[in-house]
Amino acid sequence: MILAVASGKGGTGKTTVSVNTAIAIDIPVQLLDCDVEDPNTHLFLQTEGAYEETVSIMIPEVDDSLCNGCGECGRFCEYNAIVSFGSTAIVFDDMCHGCGGCKKVCPTGAIHEIEKRIGSIETSQAGRIRLIQGRLDVGMAMSPPVIRRAKAHLRDDVPAILDAPPGTSCPVVTTVLGADYVILVTEPTPFGLSDLKLSVSMIRELGVPFGVVINRIGIGDTRTHDFCRDSGIPILLEIPDDQRIAEAYSRGKLIVEEIPEYRPLFKSLYRKLEKQSN
Amino acid sequence: MKVVFTTSGDNLKSDLDNRFGRAPRFIVYDLESKSFEVINNDQGMNAAHGAGVRAAEIVARTGADAIVTGNCGPKAFSVLRAAGIKVFSSEASTVEEALENFISGTLKETTAPTVERYW
Repeated sequence: MILAVASGKGGTGKTTVSVNTAIAIDIPVQLLDCDVEDPNTHLFLQTEGAYEETVSIMIPEVDDSLCNGCGECGRFCEYNAIVSFGSTAIVFDDMCHGCGGCKKVCPTGAIHEIEKRIGSIETSQAGRIRLIQGRLDVGMAMSPPVIRRAKAHLRDDVPAILDAPPGTSCPVVTTVLGADYVILVTEPTPFGLSDLKLSVSMIRELGVPFGVVINRIGIGDTRTHDFCRDSGIPILLEIPDDQRIAEAYSRGKLIVEEIPEYRPLFKSLYRKLEKQSN
Repeated sequence: MKVVFTTSGDNLKSDLDNRFGRAPRFIVYDLESKSFEVINNDQGMNAAHGAGVRAAEIVARTGADAIVTGNCGPKAFSVLRAAGIKVFSSEASTVEEALENFISGTLKETTAPTVERYW
């Protein structure tokens, strides 16, 4: 089973749910940190045997002696990452998504591709957890290629938990595509609810089954509960606004280890979804 | 010599648009014949990304020698420079006023981008 943990709003507890669930289930599991702009899962685990590999995309390089400035490359590029006129072309590599289309449409064969490093994947082991962390290099703008590469490490025979980046844009879509189930983590505040609604419409469009975990129960109001009930969305788990959780988190500790009474909650969350996906 | 002006209108009385990449139209003025043509910048204006790059290509293809606009970002500036087009920044309210300033030589050539990217 591939389980993705996502949320519209940042800071609702995606990593908390991902890591604690991974620990609580007591079986070998793959944990992917797909929040590649700021991966933080490793802060909660004692990892060993780290192995790093580079992630690159292919970007165009133009041979000016062959370019006739026809402009086909620029007209094809959705991101205006390449422009040609006169007898030359200019590439803006920070805009390039690496699709290779400009090379295909160039009538004079002036374009070839070169590798450009945009990030890395770090693989390590923490007990039963195989941690796979993507990391986008500082200054790079495009995280989906790094996320796709991190997901390419997934083995079919071991369950996986994917910690998604916040929001509802390309990096999140890239993470949750192919998942068997998506957990949307939210908090019972107007802000949390507003972003939950955005997430729900995104996940519905992707057609992946999903449910909601409401974190910090006790703050805000009941509108998030009302919305889930009225929309027929299952509430999978409610985590109270417990100061002990905040204290554990601030020290990089796990809830399921520091406050053992929470362990069965995360375990049953996983069991419930496992049963459902079978 | 041809000079391009960014505008939201379609004649010399129109406003000078202070945006370059997302200006709706360009007025290409020919100083010799004292005539002008209007070119749409739909491609630049509607571009999700890289509006300045697309707009700069459109300007480059007019064969213009100079452009008068409000602001010009780093990518557009590098394309215009590669095309040998001089960039002049103007605070004039109309194209006509900017043209007069250009002809009288009171506009100063911009030698670096005037704004940050994504401005």
